[in-house]
Amino acid sequence: MASITEKSDSEDTAKVALWNNPKARALVFQVLLIGLILWSGWYMYSNLQANLERQNIASGFGFLNTTAGFGIIQALVPYSETSTFGTVFIVGLLNTILVSVIGIFFATMLGFLLGISRLSHNWVISKLATVYIETLRNIPLLLQIFFWYFAVLRSVPGKRDKWSLLDSFHLNIMGFHAPKPIFEAGSSFVVYAVIAGIIASFFIKRWSTKRQMETGQTFPVLWTSLGLIIGIPLVVFFAMGMPMHLDYALFKDTGSRLRQGFQAGHGMVLIPEFLALLLALSMYTATFIAEIVRAGILAVSHGQTEAASALGLRSGMTLRLVVIPQALRVIIPPLTSQYLNLIKNSSLAVAIAYPDLVSVFAGTTLNQTGQAVEIIIMTMLVYLFLSLVTSMFMNWYNAHMALVDR
Amino acid sequence: MKKIVLSTALGAAVAVAASTAGAATLDDIKAKGHVQCGVSQGLPGFSNTDDKGNWTGIDVDVCRAVAAAVFGDASKVKYTPLSAKERFTALQSGEIDILSRNTTWTMTRDTTLGLNFAGVNYYDGQGFMVRKDLGVKSALELGGAKVCTNTGTTTELNVADYFRANKLTYEIVAFEKADEVVQAYDTGRCDVYTTDASGLYAQRLKLAKPGDHMVLPEIISKEPLGPVVRQGDDQWFNLVKWTLFAMINAEELGVTSANIDDMKKSTNPAIKRLVGVEGNFGQNLGVSNEWAYNIVKQVGNYGEIFDANVGPKTPLGISRGVNALWSKGGLQYAPPVR
Ligand SMILES: N[C@@H](CCC(=O)N[C@@H](CS)C(=O)NCC(=O)O)C(=O)O
Repeated sequence: MASITEKSDSEDTAKVALWNNPKARALVFQVLLIGLILWSGWYMYSNLQANLERQNIASGFGFLNTTAGFGIIQALVPYSETSTFGTVFIVGLLNTILVSVIGIFFATMLGFLLGISRLSHNWVISKLATVYIETLRNIPLLLQIFFWYFAVLRSVPGKRDKWSLLDSFHLNIMGFHAPKPIFEAGSSFVVYAVIAGIIASFFIKRWSTKRQMETGQTFPVLWTSLGLIIGIPLVVFFAMGMPMHLDYALFKDTGSRLRQGFQAGHGMVLIPEFLALLLALSMYTATFIAEIVRAGILAVSHGQTEAASALGLRSGMTLRLVVIPQALRVIIPPLTSQYLNLIKNSSLAVAIAYPDLVSVFAGTTLNQTGQAVEIIIMTMLVYLFLSLVTSMFMNWYNAHMALVDR
Repeated sequence: MKKIVLSTALGAAVAVAASTAGAATLDDIKAKGHVQCGVSQGLPGFSNTDDKGNWTGIDVDVCRAVAAAVFGDASKVKYTPLSAKERFTALQSGEIDILSRNTTWTMTRDTTLGLNFAGVNYYDGQGFMVRKDLGVKSALELGGAKVCTNTGTTTELNVADYFRANKLTYEIVAFEKADEVVQAYDTGRCDVYTTDASGLYAQRLKLAKPGDHMVLPEIISKEPLGPVVRQGDDQWFNLVKWTLFAMINAEELGVTSANIDDMKKSTNPAIKRLVGVEGNFGQNLGVSNEWAYNIVKQVGNYGEIFDANVGPKTPLGISRGVNALWSKGGLQYAPPVR
């Protein structure tokens, strides 16, 4: 007995010693945690496989190569009913990216405008911004989507009628119709000119910053860049004999009633499902961005502005060179979460038949194949990936803007 | 972060997969005291709530009949409204015991989803609805049309096949919820609304001006609609299957909810077996021998539920057509109770 007690005692002391070593302790916990995660992952996976098999539910990724058999209203890559479920995945993914990227662009523009307006000294402007923000921020997004889709759809002209602008842009219940640019031989030179212009502007900007640091002389970078990016390509465009024409939307109001209205294959059309989702997403997210921008600007102490004017900077320059760079440091991290929200909220598309990933893949494809597990995992990984890419980009931008100790 | 998301994903997936399949559904139902029935989110005549909030319809009556067979009380049903897209997952995961929601019996659904179709309570086919003022008389004139429908349905696939086979172009606008399809079609976003013909008659009632719309003569598919259960529980499958058969047999034998008490005294052996005076048919299903008596007494025979929910005297005004008994030139046929 005694010897056993002794032995365990000595073991105890050894353990206690290890226990007191924080490094070893942390290592043990981490190994345990990883082990636990791996084990539960494996356990759930094998359980899942067994259950699926027992219930006779098909599994595996073979379905990605089978024919989908249904139509999709908007596809950025060639798609027909004979395409595979794999192509459906791509179509849905691109539609999600399309509405998210454009939505983020408009939400940011509108958000900055609203945020600055709310701080405006002009009473009317600041109150208008306040009312806009407080109203739209507090109405559920899904309702706003329905509003833009159903309420607005009902008030635009029907299929056989239209509202037109300059005879080339038209709106009716079938969507927004615009001329489509058709590029001809030689137009590639215009594209090269634009690219060259962008690269040149980049170097000019660097050179002018350096020169300003050294000599204090300024250089009209903006105008030079505009000239390089727009002006020179325009010259190239005309020099090449205008290698582009516009394909206008074609509207017919004669013939059978079914075929009246805008004709397929002419011009470019943005479907109402896309427009409604885009409007709702950008107008809703803009309210949050506006508040973030306002907070960011308010976070820059007034002393900074005063110091800037004491140095003789004009108010535009103060905003651009002193206030905004400092405000951005406060703005960017929460702005990133708004971008992520917008991407994830785009999945509400399913409510109004916009064919995003959740609608055509996690919806229709799931229902036609019944392979819930594979499809949901793929869909979640896509959103995770999109979110991580956005975060990474914003983190990079944030690091770029961060305060550099000098 | 990634790990957490992934394991939640798998967790959710396991929750879906770890269900009561294989377990005795009937015992579970007896223990919990009600049948959990998956229905539509509102399709008049099939599954719809009335102004008092009670579910009615030919699909609802199938569930009520099952409850009558199990509990001797047709009211012991709880309903889960499901969109076309959600319905199969709800059944697979054990959230519902029976799916009775205008669901078409197809080979893919029968063989890959781990489900069994227990029969057909309504033989249907897909049709097209258009505005009368379009002047269209046949589906073959629909080239170039914009078509509204529900996602996750056979409808979506049939319409693609039909237009492709007839070399017609079309554009599909597919919504998840039926009410949104109706609304979009009503506002004029689409020229055509396509779904099961019965669904067209039902949904037409929801349009602003039902009289302005017509259903085209073409029926482009076979849509046998019926109740669905999970695969792997034969006892429960048998019970649902024979509930349907009992209603059809009752109609064939002239047994109705009104005369069934008198029929208990009938000398016809087939009727005696059906109403439970002779034989142990209920016991063999795992319920009481009064099972079919309770079904017909409380819910009605097949003809009665058809007439009450979708028949000529209802707003849907559908005639028996192919849903007449086989002995009257239709397709409804049930194996004998013996
Ligand atoms: N029978 C077809 C279509 C079923 C379907 O979902 N039909 C729609 C239109 S009639 C519907 O039930 N809507 C009612 C709802 O979604 O609640 C199928 O099984 O795929």
